[in-house]
Amino acid sequence: MSLAAPPRPAAPPPPARPSPGSRFTATLLRWWRRLTAMRTAIVLLFLLALAAVPGSLLPQRSLSQGAVTEYFAEHPTLAPVLDRLYLFDVFSSPWFAAVYLLLFVSLVGCVLPRAVEHARALRSAPPPAPRRLSRLPDSAELPTALPPAAALDAVEEELRVRRFRVVRRGGANGPELSAEKGLLKEAGNLLFHLSLVGVLLGLAAGKLWGHEGSILVTEGQGFCNSFQQYDTYSSGALVDSGDLTPLCVDLEAFEAEYEPDLTASAFTADITYGAPGEEGRSTTIGVNDPLRVAGDRVYLTGHGFSPVFSVTLPDGTEFTDVSAPFLPSDQTTMASQGALKLPDLGPGRDGQLALEGFFAPTGLVQGGVLTSIDPRPLAPRVAIVAYEGYLGLDSGIPQSVYSLDASQIDSGRLTDVGRANLSVGEALTLPDGTEITFTGVREFAALQYSSDPGQGWVLAAAVALVVGLLGMLLVRRERFFARASAGPDGAGSVLAVALLTRGSGDAGPRLAELTADLTAALSGASGRPAAAHRAPSPDGSAPRPEDASRDT
Amino acid sequence: MTPDPSLAALSDTLFSVSVAVYSLAVVAFCAQLAFGRRPARELVAAGGAPAPRTGADDISSDVRSPDAPADVPADGTAGEPGAARRWGLLALALTVLGAVGHAGVLVARGLAADRLPWGNMYEFATAVVLVGVAVYVVLAVRTPGLRHIGLFVLAPVVVAMVLVGLFLYADAGPLVAALRSSWLAVHVSTAILGFGIFFVSGIASGLYLLRSRPEEPRPGSLVSRLPGAAALDRVAHRTAVFGFPIWTFAVIAGAIWAESAWGRFWGWDPKETWAFIAWVVYAAYLHARTTAGWRGRPAAWVNLVGLGVMVFNLLYVNLVSTGLHSYGGVS
Ligand code: HEM
Repeated sequence: MSLAAPPRPAAPPPPARPSPGSRFTATLLRWWRRLTAMRTAIVLLFLLALAAVPGSLLPQRSLSQGAVTEYFAEHPTLAPVLDRLYLFDVFSSPWFAAVYLLLFVSLVGCVLPRAVEHARALRSAPPPAPRRLSRLPDSAELPTALPPAAALDAVEEELRVRRFRVVRRGGANGPELSAEKGLLKEAGNLLFHLSLVGVLLGLAAGKLWGHEGSILVTEGQGFCNSFQQYDTYSSGALVDSGDLTPLCVDLEAFEAEYEPDLTASAFTADITYGAPGEEGRSTTIGVNDPLRVAGDRVYLTGHGFSPVFSVTLPDGTEFTDVSAPFLPSDQTTMASQGALKLPDLGPGRDGQLALEGFFAPTGLVQGGVLTSIDPRPLAPRVAIVAYEGYLGLDSGIPQSVYSLDASQIDSGRLTDVGRANLSVGEALTLPDGTEITFTGVREFAALQYSSDPGQGWVLAAAVALVVGLLGMLLVRRERFFARASAGPDGAGSVLAVALLTRGSGDAGPRLAELTADLTAALSGASGRPAAAHRAPSPDGSAPRPEDASRDT
Repeated sequence: MTPDPSLAALSDTLFSVSVAVYSLAVVAFCAQLAFGRRPARELVAAGGAPAPRTGADDISSDVRSPDAPADVPADGTAGEPGAARRWGLLALALTVLGAVGHAGVLVARGLAADRLPWGNMYEFATAVVLVGVAVYVVLAVRTPGLRHIGLFVLAPVVVAMVLVGLFLYADAGPLVAALRSSWLAVHVSTAILGFGIFFVSGIASGLYLLRSRPEEPRPGSLVSRLPGAAALDRVAHRTAVFGFPIWTFAVIAGAIWAESAWGRFWGWDPKETWAFIAWVVYAAYLHARTTAGWRGRPAAWVNLVGLGVMVFNLLYVNLVSTGLHSYGGVS
């Protein structure tokens, strides 16, 4: 990678063929060159963008297992085919990985040689001026009354003020000067591209060593960080369950606040936390405000209500304070659905009991149908259906704790024995005399425990990335050449000057600016008013072939 | 807090006013382009605004033969008939006036609801369009030759505003809990800035594609009144170069916010995915601009794809798909 090469007299490049035995290496090398060409980078960038598209149009397991299941139900023939193509796991699919790994190999292959070259450029002087400066796309001639050496002195002075690195050479065509600035642009480019690799490595570390678990916790209850306790969890391939940070969290109280128009304005959970067996510390977490301990985090990701019941069997056995979280199906009214399972009713009763129903924090019954009209628990009501029979919990097939197993109902093993709309204090009496009382409601919080050891690295790499990007895009890299020759009338001299820029592609206006200043400096140094100079047109709009050798 | 109804109503009125003023600006830009190709004496004969023959205007318009619609210089309106120039200035003034009203829409909203005025799609889209207009005004003031693209910026602006007003409108209201974070200011403001800048960049690339077609534009046609192809390409590139770090920052700020709001900094939520896709496409555009074989028209197409992705991200992802970013407020 070098700055635009000045047009050179055509010299046929000798086709340096490697020795006949190394055709394999030559092929490899050719492929490597092709892979690390900018053209390939563009194609791979496009492929990466394209590869991400299905990940946003189709449901993804990583986002919502439920949505994928639903898709399978709706498209029973198509879904398995898509699944075979990893289209429900796009971002962990082998083909997505193939695209970004190729891109990153290309990037490293492209950037490392540039880094070496850049290190060399930092230490070496700006290259000599091309032979015919007037052939460069942006060039000008400045006549001056000064003799050549003094004229170049004035130019050098002016360039140094502008923080160019300057060398003077006595070339065959007269004394000349080469100047260069903006090496930081290249440094920024390298930093940016290598930071991308850093982001990828950080992401990979997080995937391998990170874990995440979520759980619903009702007020007064808690959990500890172990995979057995979570409702759902995922963990990286290199996570050893023995290495999890020992931490327990108890939910003391949950509070939701609302604006007058019932927009939720704040959710907060008062928790105590600490190592198992330790005296816990108290704190409050909320939306946008997790608990951070030992590099791990505990989030409040949602909330809901657990209606509380008491059940009195005909023989007088009483179960008080039984409850289960009902999951909100509508976040604006907190209308919720759930199930309460009582598999063990005590000795002598082999039938099992279950409630399935609908909970409304502020219920309104119209025509026998319960709806929720307010997310706050102002007038809690439940609409429940009671079932008796066999729940199928020990059938070996895992079932959701939030609903009953419909197949047990369909097969008649679980039978509908009564239904009612209840507000707090009201009871439903079943045919066998069992009494189910709706005694109140407690709030639960959805908590998530996250551990991602890579994220600090990703953040650092992202900061480096932005810094590199700013350096790359804001710094202008320029080379300036000047050559002095004797003036046409023998007095003074004529300076041929030329400017090359990279990236911005607007050398014309820049050169016009620079030559104006140089002319002023020259006339200042010679004590004579500036002579008119042949400057480039300031608009610089004429289509002009840009630097040709950008491709690496 | 309950939104202040009179301020909210003021905001809605200002919205209509700024659409009206922008529409007038479009008319004035049309006049600029129309008069720009007619010799001055025809103007008088046609009963239009007579161009008083005074000073510098005259000199510049007389320098060239009025029949030869030579290229519009990229960095100056010198060669332009006086009437056209005045229409152009009027159009620019109307644009600025419209932008002031447009900014008023957001300020009044913000005051009405006592929060940053970008909490739903209506406000977000309105702010993006405002940034687009502001970027155009800055370009037009700094480089008078670029005033000629005004019609092509303001016409989409008017269309976008009308569509936003019709389909994305949401009442002024309080923010949901998840949006109550100082990252709203950082993430959403930078996203708006980046989007607005890319909007102008995309238009410049689109015009470049029109201007750089191999066949010469018909003399006197709209296309022939545009700045030169190289100037358009340069504007497109410069704005994209300006927008890219801002967009990069917006994505990173979003990731930082997601880490504290959703428990992970990146989860391929649809909005995140499309922000990433847009970022990759703009990176491809910047690469294409400096790669032999991609420079010029192919690169301009890439820039247009980038703008398409941005718009898709705004509309499709907010309105059709479901994800964590469902703060659109459109029902
Ligand atoms: C993850 C993928 C990549 C991204 C996001 C990316 C992004 C960028 C961006 C934004 C620029 C700035 C362009 C400008 O100066 O206007 C750039 C420049 C550059 N990139 Fe990449 N790049 C990636 C991969 C690559 C690869 C694979 C290569 C090599 C094959 C490469 C080589 C270069 C070079 C040589 C430049 C400097 C162009 C110049 O200033 O002349 N990049 N890149």
